[in-house]
Amino acid sequence: MSKINLIIDGQSIEVEKGITIMDAAKKINVNIPTLCHHEDLCVAGNCRVCVVEVKNHERLEASCAVPAEDGMEILTNTAKVRNARKDIVSLLVSEHNTQCTTCYRNTNCELQDLAAEYNVDGDRYLSVLKPNIKVDKSSWAIEKDDSKCVRCQRCVRTCAELQHVNALTVSHKGDEMKISTFADLPFNEVVCTNCGQCVNRCPTGALTERRYFDDVWEAIGDPDKHVVMNTAPSVRVALGEMFGNEVGTRVTGKMVTAMRKMGADSVLDTDFAADLTIIEEGNELLTRLKGALVDGDTSIKLPMITSCSPGWVKFIEHMFPNYLDHLSTCKSPQQMFGAMTKTYYAEKKGVDPKDIVSVAVMPCAAKKYEANRPEMNSSGYRDIDAGLTTREFGLMIKQAGLDFNNLEDSEFDSIMGQSTGAGIIFGATGGVMEAALRTAYAVVTGRSVPFENLNITAVRGTEGIRAASIKIEDTLPEWSFLEGVDLNVAVAHGLKNARVIMDEVAAGTSTYHFIEVMGCPGGCIGGGGQPIPTNAEIRAKRTKAIYEEDMSKPIRMSHENPEITQIYEEFLEKPLGHKSHDLLHTSYRKRNRY
Amino acid sequence: MANNNKLKRADIIFSTYSVDPYDVLDMAMKKGKTDVINELIESGLRGRGGAGFPTGLKWKFMAQENNEEKYIICNADEGEPGTFKDRKLLVDVPRKVISGMAIAGWATNSKKGIIYLRAEYNNLIPALEKEIEVFNKYASKFDLDFSVNIYSGAGAYVCGEETALIESMEGKRGEPRNKPPFPIQSGYLGKPTLVNNVETFAAASMVCRYGAKKYESYGTSDQHGSKLFSLSGDSPKEGVHELELGMKISDFVEEYGDGDTKAVQIGGVAGFCIPRKEFDQTIIGEGNTTGGATMIFNSTRSMYNVIHNYLDFFAEESCGQCTPCRVGTQQLLKGVEAVKAGNKPESYLDDLVKLSKTMKLTSKCGLGQSVTNSFSSIVKNFREEMIY
Amino acid sequence: MTKIEQLVNDLTGKYGKERKSLMPILQGIVKEKRYVDNTDMVHIARALDISAADVYGVASFYSFIENNEMGKYVIRICKSITCEMKGKHKILKALEEELRIKLGETTHNKRFTLLETNCLGLCDVGPAMLINEEPYTKLTPEKVHEILVDYRNEVK
Ligand SMILES: Cc1cc2nc3c(=O)[nH]c(=O)nc-3n(C[C@H](O)[C@H](O)[C@H](O)COP(=O)(O)O)c2cc1C
Ligand code: SF4
Ligand code: SF4
Ligand code: SF4
Ligand code: SF4
Ligand code: FES
Ligand code: FES
Repeated sequence: MSKINLIIDGQSIEVEKGITIMDAAKKINVNIPTLCHHEDLCVAGNCRVCVVEVKNHERLEASCAVPAEDGMEILTNTAKVRNARKDIVSLLVSEHNTQCTTCYRNTNCELQDLAAEYNVDGDRYLSVLKPNIKVDKSSWAIEKDDSKCVRCQRCVRTCAELQHVNALTVSHKGDEMKISTFADLPFNEVVCTNCGQCVNRCPTGALTERRYFDDVWEAIGDPDKHVVMNTAPSVRVALGEMFGNEVGTRVTGKMVTAMRKMGADSVLDTDFAADLTIIEEGNELLTRLKGALVDGDTSIKLPMITSCSPGWVKFIEHMFPNYLDHLSTCKSPQQMFGAMTKTYYAEKKGVDPKDIVSVAVMPCAAKKYEANRPEMNSSGYRDIDAGLTTREFGLMIKQAGLDFNNLEDSEFDSIMGQSTGAGIIFGATGGVMEAALRTAYAVVTGRSVPFENLNITAVRGTEGIRAASIKIEDTLPEWSFLEGVDLNVAVAHGLKNARVIMDEVAAGTSTYHFIEVMGCPGGCIGGGGQPIPTNAEIRAKRTKAIYEEDMSKPIRMSHENPEITQIYEEFLEKPLGHKSHDLLHTSYRKRNRY
Repeated sequence: MANNNKLKRADIIFSTYSVDPYDVLDMAMKKGKTDVINELIESGLRGRGGAGFPTGLKWKFMAQENNEEKYIICNADEGEPGTFKDRKLLVDVPRKVISGMAIAGWATNSKKGIIYLRAEYNNLIPALEKEIEVFNKYASKFDLDFSVNIYSGAGAYVCGEETALIESMEGKRGEPRNKPPFPIQSGYLGKPTLVNNVETFAAASMVCRYGAKKYESYGTSDQHGSKLFSLSGDSPKEGVHELELGMKISDFVEEYGDGDTKAVQIGGVAGFCIPRKEFDQTIIGEGNTTGGATMIFNSTRSMYNVIHNYLDFFAEESCGQCTPCRVGTQQLLKGVEAVKAGNKPESYLDDLVKLSKTMKLTSKCGLGQSVTNSFSSIVKNFREEMIY
Repeated sequence: MTKIEQLVNDLTGKYGKERKSLMPILQGIVKEKRYVDNTDMVHIARALDISAADVYGVASFYSFIENNEMGKYVIRICKSITCEMKGKHKILKALEEELRIKLGETTHNKRFTLLETNCLGLCDVGPAMLINEEPYTKLTPEKVHEILVDYRNEVK
């Protein structure tokens, strides 16, 4: 890479050719304000907040979009620059429905920060806010309020570049330009997966998750209700960020204490259900392999693909409706948890399931939608009554007046509170695969997977699609049909990569037996419901925390979880059994691609 | 032979001389490619689409691009209110335009030519297609591998901006791109793309016909050749006029005004509005745009109505992607309305002028950048008309 | 196959199924039926395998691609500066009276839709308007009447 020299605010620096002025400035700790820029997305250069002066250029340049060039002299802090930025922020405010006090993004809003930084005067310009903007609350998961939109197009780029869904577009032009769904139809009628990635990247309150915390508070306050809360693995490695902790801080114990103090009747772990998923899904895989490889049953579809990411499930329903047979029939851990809460748990605790309110705290927006899917009521009740995001949960902790960082640690309640390292790693891309392999290999061979510390590094990482192959040798007698088989697996995260994998499946060129797909980049740790901001660096730190949590667990294979053994003995009888079928498995539906 | 700033009619582009433009193409092809490009550089021809970039230089850069697939685009999106010279060229002398495109294609080793024609001109398509058929015959006769196709726009002024035009041709919204890269490096479908105005191609063909020397001799020392002016408004002689560059506005007004001229808009709505007291200026001097739209206003016209009409146009035709332009145009429009209605003090006009300067400094493309031209000049010169 | 599916099929046959064919296809439909409704857009999206939202985003950008139902003849009168100076308001009023509709509306018999547009490049011969693709210049209220009579009688 060739190097170039330039001067920024009087300071000479050498940088690689090709980087933007903004990135060059970052290297010498010169901060330039941004709005449309996001590390995960391609350059847009449309907000113009990041303008700087370049010597001998007639106009100011957008530093996020213009490459640094050899010999450039750049000034980032002149009256001209400051005035221009202030004007631009004032303009944004003038088309904005500034209602910070009642806005969900209050205190975590990039427009608000900019307006504060430049101390903009609200009366400087006339309001050009469009009248009669209605908030779209049609979706179970996403709310869209155009009156708070700064038209940075981050959401559109997210949905297109990261997710390849293109549910959002920029529509019209000039003063009518806005962010739209197809034909401005309500969100629940369009091809949206509810992944919430757009929400996570929206700098303002224009796109938010639909909130359910008031319902949860109400249930907690109702003496007749028995509130069961469960938290997904990736919540515990991200929640701390909402209380000023360094990214990647694990706050499992404090999180449990907080839920208890908030008044939950029982504080349980979704990871338990992740372990349960592994048992069911692992057995489903082995059954499919036997059916396809030994019995030659052509109705059995391979590769089998995971189904624990509801955004991904809706994606395949829309985009590849003819390949739903490839999806594992297992419900996601959240829904398994819910079904078990209202049956097994209720029975064990002697609580009437009608009085149970099951609350899932998730890194995800799509889980809200999943909880509301009509078929998710196999227990006779809604499996899950409310799905909260990490962000909502953080807010509830604040509302409860808890000094989160000084809470003591405590343990999950029992039953359904115990989990293994395998359940934990569900939170990162590759985790379900790794957990499944740990168990499946052990079941088939009676030995642990042949990797140091059980860490199957081949399926870890940030590559969009990762493939691995594991040779199965010296099987136990009942699995002898797998002797010598190379089990081909692949992992994809982010729906863009899911599409690539599915195009292969659809073309009949896929050589995999088992594929893990996570709807969000990085897996759940990068979920749409996680703290804002989320970007590659933050995802990496959360992932690291997930694997640390795994290593800290005494038991690291799902089938060794004693509570799992117990639930099969006491209730489910056997994997893929009759009860499992009723409570833990589900079916899918074809949807429109366009 | 510098022009003495008196108005001079030129008769180049619309002249019905005996040489068929396709023979000009043949003549050009008999010279070397570099010779033709050098001649164009020498002629001092500047782009006629508005930005005024030296055409020869642009062709030279294009010729240097090493790529099998290169595009020559004729920008016929002419959407600037007050501009209609490209239409006249396409109606009266399409052959000169196409021969100019073909010379560009040949000189820069580009095989594909596309005319981006605004939707409003769709009725010209049949005649143009016939002309293209004629060209195709010549091309095969000369063994020239160059095709010309028409691509129809769909009603968006901003698509005249070259990168927006390219986006539009790629089936997208006509939102201008970040530059660099420039179209010459990465344009249509990521390939090297040369975009020139209709008139630029016709003029380039004329340079080949007459030679740089002769062409250069028209106009002033820094503005060479002839230029088409689209004239409309309060004038008995509305229409397209071919003039030598470098005349004074006063000469122009004398010739074309109705005797009661109060102001002249030069360079279309993106250009400047010049009041009577400044008619001493030379047309196409510093800062004036080269698009050639001139509108004459007489004393019966309300300059408030004029700027209101312009701003309405900009607010509607901005692509809307960048903040200063999308919101700025709305603010200027609402702002002059508020001052007019007495809801904002007169001094608010100064705030608006400042805002328009910010738009110039920070907007992504020429649309937002140029609003200040007409806005500041009208508000400055006709301030009393802006107030209730 | 519905009529519109057939049309989209013909257009993709002619222009191809790449993204760059989107505009010619939209224009092809406009030429045929004057506007592109939501169902049409879904068909286009399917044919090009792009999202319907993308088709909507592009279509809504361009003022000659209308989403609402249009009459058989779409009248677009220029509202830009010189036409305005030359009496566009009178012409608009004449059109409104003649057609008994307001700007933006379509006649009951779905024959005429009346819209405004920006400069048509006919400023020297304004006031000007387009009826579908056909330009009309130097308009006067009387001329408007004559033109409309011709259209009503399908002389045109
Ligand atoms: C908003 C906007 C509209 C434009 N419209 C036109 C146009 O209609 N025709 C044109 O030739 N150039 C137009 N241009 C200029 C083009 O971007 C480009 O500079 C020109 O086509 C280059 O050709 P030239 O070098 O021959 O002038 C426009 C620029 C802007 C910013
Ligand atoms: S989006 Fe931001 S600026 Fe707008 S109301 Fe909400 S917090 Fe305030
Ligand atoms: S939730 Fe996901 S699929 Fe839906 S619009 Fe947002 S990014 Fe696109
Ligand atoms: S919805 Fe949010 S992300 Fe999308 S353009 Fe508006 S402010 Fe930006
Ligand atoms: S200046 Fe206006 S037209 Fe140009 S990119 Fe910005 S919003 Fe679009
Ligand atoms: S951050 Fe650079 S233009 Fe928006
Ligand atoms: S102003 Fe009406 S055609 Fe140009």
